[in-house]
Amino acid sequence: MTLNRLWAYANPKTFIETTDRVLPAVSVLAVLCLVTGLVWGFFFTPDDYRQGSTVKIIYIHVPSALMAINAWLMMLVTSLIWIVRRHHVSALAARAAAPVGMVMTVIALLTGAIWGQPMWGTWWAWDPRLTSFLILFLFYLGYIALWEAIENDDTAADLTSILCLVGSVFALLSRYAVNFWNQGLHQGASLSLDKEENVADVFYYPLLVAIAGFVLLFVALVLLRTRTEIRARRMRALLARERMG
Amino acid sequence: MMPDLGKYAETVLSAYAVSLVLIVVLVLLSLRRGRKVKAELEAVEKKVGKNG
Repeated sequence: MTLNRLWAYANPKTFIETTDRVLPAVSVLAVLCLVTGLVWGFFFTPDDYRQGSTVKIIYIHVPSALMAINAWLMMLVTSLIWIVRRHHVSALAARAAAPVGMVMTVIALLTGAIWGQPMWGTWWAWDPRLTSFLILFLFYLGYIALWEAIENDDTAADLTSILCLVGSVFALLSRYAVNFWNQGLHQGASLSLDKEENVADVFYYPLLVAIAGFVLLFVALVLLRTRTEIRARRMRALLARERMG
Repeated sequence: MMPDLGKYAETVLSAYAVSLVLIVVLVLLSLRRGRKVKAELEAVEKKVGKNG
């Protein structure tokens, strides 16, 4: 029953009507959480005894890295829904999420490099996590290019879904690389279910708010961009129908 | 109001600046394309409605 109600959102018209109501609230919440988390972290937290003020980069780097990986995992779920159930909205949601995930990956790579220069003495190292993140970025590029290169929407959705399945290996590798390859420069995860492994509370709470902001920003942008993709697909279908008849 | 970022001021500020610029550009491009496609679809629907 619940699942049947969920599939109702696979109807493009229902999706647009629902997001008409949801999108403004999600957008306002995203801005509130982002501003609160970043202002709290930047202005009202102390320096770290080892990293100095560079610890403030954590409020952008960690949430963007988290979203870079989770955006791909969201694309994996919607791609699987497309493969199994052939719902166009799910394929279009994956397409809509890709540029957002790619920007999150770029932010994570750039802020990591900017932080790494004074802390590690280098902008870049072929460390397992950094390398798997770079490969994830290349997968995002390939995924977006594949959608653009194929004219038929269904064929594009099929092929990009397969690419997404393959790329998921690197998304998971990016997440867990620090756990099973400890020869790299990158330190362990900043957040963990085990409270002992987390960063200190003074950094932890603003970080949680910033993460909530990035998650909500991602949701708002994916909803907005999925609506655009639904409309673009309808427009292509109408134009094709008119050309034929 | 501005916290004392010490010798890492340039590092911290450049990380924030680059990230915020990328986010703002992404939001603006998403909004612009959304508006453009919506207007184009309305025009096509009107045209198809007239012809069909």
